[in-house]
Amino acid sequence: MSNEPNAPSLVDGPHASPEVRAALAATWSDPPGFIGMLCAVNHKTIARRFIVTTFVFFLLAGLLALVMRAQLARADQRLIGPNLYNELFTMHGTTMMFLFAVPVMQAVATFLVPLMIGARSIAFPRVNAYAYWVFLFGGLLLFASLAVNTAPNAGWFSYVPLAGPDYSPNKGADIWAQMITFTELSGLLEAVVLITTIFKLRAPGMSLNRMPLFVWATLVTQFMVIFAMPAVMLCSTALILDRLVGTHFYNPAKGGDVLLWQHLFWFFGHPEVYLIFIPPLGFISSIIPTFARRPMFGYPAMVLSLIATAFLAFGLWVHHMFATNIPELGKSFFTAASLMIAIPSAIQIFCWIGTLWTGKLNLRVPLLFVLAFFFILVMGGMTGIMVASVPLDLQVHDTYFVVAHLHYVLLGGAVFPLFGAFYYWFPKFAGRMLGERLGKWQFWLFFIGFNVTFFPMHLLGLEGMPRRVWTYPHGLGWDAMNMTATIGAYVIALSVLLFIVNVVQSARSQVPARADPWGAGTLEWSVPSPPPPHNFDAIPVVHGRDPLWEPSAQPRFVAGLAADAREVLVTSVLDAQPDHRPLFPRPSIWPFVSAVATTVLFIGSIYTPWAIVWASLPVAVAMILWFWPSRSENRVALEREQSP
Amino acid sequence: MNHTRPDDIDTSDLVLDVRTLPTFAFSHRSLMWWSTTGLMLIEGTVFAIAVIMYFYLRTRAPAWPMAADAPGLLWGSLNTAVLIASLWPNQLAKNAAERGERRKAAIWLVVCLVASLAFLVIRGFEFASLNVSWYANAYGSVVWLLLGLHTTHLITDTIDTAVLTVLLFTGPFEGKRLVDVSENALYWYFVVLTWLPIYAVIYWAARL
Repeated sequence: MSNEPNAPSLVDGPHASPEVRAALAATWSDPPGFIGMLCAVNHKTIARRFIVTTFVFFLLAGLLALVMRAQLARADQRLIGPNLYNELFTMHGTTMMFLFAVPVMQAVATFLVPLMIGARSIAFPRVNAYAYWVFLFGGLLLFASLAVNTAPNAGWFSYVPLAGPDYSPNKGADIWAQMITFTELSGLLEAVVLITTIFKLRAPGMSLNRMPLFVWATLVTQFMVIFAMPAVMLCSTALILDRLVGTHFYNPAKGGDVLLWQHLFWFFGHPEVYLIFIPPLGFISSIIPTFARRPMFGYPAMVLSLIATAFLAFGLWVHHMFATNIPELGKSFFTAASLMIAIPSAIQIFCWIGTLWTGKLNLRVPLLFVLAFFFILVMGGMTGIMVASVPLDLQVHDTYFVVAHLHYVLLGGAVFPLFGAFYYWFPKFAGRMLGERLGKWQFWLFFIGFNVTFFPMHLLGLEGMPRRVWTYPHGLGWDAMNMTATIGAYVIALSVLLFIVNVVQSARSQVPARADPWGAGTLEWSVPSPPPPHNFDAIPVVHGRDPLWEPSAQPRFVAGLAADAREVLVTSVLDAQPDHRPLFPRPSIWPFVSAVATTVLFIGSIYTPWAIVWASLPVAVAMILWFWPSRSENRVALEREQSP
Repeated sequence: MNHTRPDDIDTSDLVLDVRTLPTFAFSHRSLMWWSTTGLMLIEGTVFAIAVIMYFYLRTRAPAWPMAADAPGLLWGSLNTAVLIASLWPNQLAKNAAERGERRKAAIWLVVCLVASLAFLVIRGFEFASLNVSWYANAYGSVVWLLLGLHTTHLITDTIDTAVLTVLLFTGPFEGKRLVDVSENALYWYFVVLTWLPIYAVIYWAARL
């Protein structure tokens, strides 16, 4: 970087010289080498790692499911024992929920949001890096516990008293509780990062009512994170305190209450379903207009539905507790709230249908995954209405019917659109297109495999097969359906394998993707695939909802931001008027070191409460060094300082 | 948009020139305000849920406080007075920062730190006058949780403020540090104001 005080500073703008572009790219690049890798703060670098990490956890949790399905393929199977089976379903659920489904949505958002809103970076890039490292170390802790055979085994929601000190004497439940602390810390920080990015770093002219719907979905989701995740952090902290220092939050013998756990857990746990489900609504609202080749129908209704869904999501948690002794009137209220959420969901589905109906369809792989979403989510929604009513729920509670329902909602609502999103944005992630033929094979295998696996589970549940049993006797009429489900699970595995083959093939291909291969309308398609380190040579000025589809208006670009320093444009919250131009921090090793120190603190506290005291010292030191400005950074800042 | 001027290179294109914009700004214009607000929302939710836990456990209990006297009022009430009094130097530090007076801001931050030393010491006496231990029963657990959560905030806010104060005295200094002082003051308000409901719950709800 050319930071000599006397050199005339380079500024950006449209028609920039190659020199300015090179300076921008050098300014915003991450440093080379292994240490440089640990110092990286570019949002695309961190997001790529984050997406790959969550996807690896998805594969691992999928492998655990394959072992479970092999065990259940036939009656009286003795492939694995009951304790390992308990560990497997606990690890499968925990990993899928906490290490894949919620974080992958934030990971994709940290890649796409700056590109969609015309920004050079995400807000607080070092916090973003720290959040990634903390997440990675939390996930590694969980899988390390499986490797040394002390994995948690009390289910992904770790109910007390089973997970309490009396019934889970080994370290598994403590590790589960601290894994929550890691992942929720990471998720909460990402929420602050994304909200600030969306509110303050939008390109000039991108007022709130011109934001892409994916950005709206991300914004709404992050607010839900802020209000939902504290509940699970607090209840898992209370659990670990009960287990380690003898508090009695959940111990009825000393005035505690086990249902307190369920209330706190599901106050988080139900909104969590929407943390997983709302970002995919944003994927769908990006994919449908592109492949229907027209702007989204009913934009205001879509935005209001997202917000309504978020509010209603906080009034549903008790429907996970219909089998407990809460008052009947309370249950009726939560049934009504559960049915009400069908309204905003239906509004969105009608808007999508309206867009598809009046568009000219381009039936490519991303759209196939979205169309499958309609089918599967509607199925899952129907069974959702069934289990939202108390008498039906009591009948099928803790049976495979619930397993079928939740997989229809979560895979249909999240994983199908997510694969669609991978196909759609892969050129931005990797600079290559994914293969269309292989993509279609993957899609059909996934769609068929999914239904073959999970549809029979509805029937198994109605016939009374309970969840979480490690085996079952002959003669109950469950054998054929279990075998079918197992075959389906291996078809899904084959389909995911094809996806990996597709990724590897396209990574090795020599054909670079074009900037806008699908003819889409939002800003991320205005930059090369993959985008340069600084995203935009010149920050665009936005005049409508689909900038690339609309006739250009003046002015088209921002000019005058430094090319030789990490200067960004901050705009106002509602109308995105240019406001000021702060410098962003450079790459730094301290977020990584702080994350390591945080990890020592969290893991240490599983073994001794005193770790909270002695291990907080290195955390504090690392974070102070992280904050402390360097002389050279300070010099650059002073040179260009202008007071408000 | 009044920063528009014809581009030097291509006269057919107008550009939005941002070279004259300031490099930092106070209050909700700054990114720091949004991150501080985000943290306050998160931690405020944590406090609210902890208070709900207190009352939830209370509905389950035949007597409240369980097998213990209510906490002694002296130290908690004294600390409430100290915390409220600390808002005064805090606001003066904020005012000084927003007027661009680095030295004055630093001095008022030192006064804040003296106050924080006082409330941390008194907090020690508060723990001693709770009249219950965390392992006695669920009442003891939740009271220690509430007081412990708030004490964590006192400690972290003290460390934050101390680091910022040292930086104001030693440098390297730049204008955006004044924004940091202003946002630090906002967070200080949060820590003091959230204490009031927690104080009411720990000390007075146990007497109702």
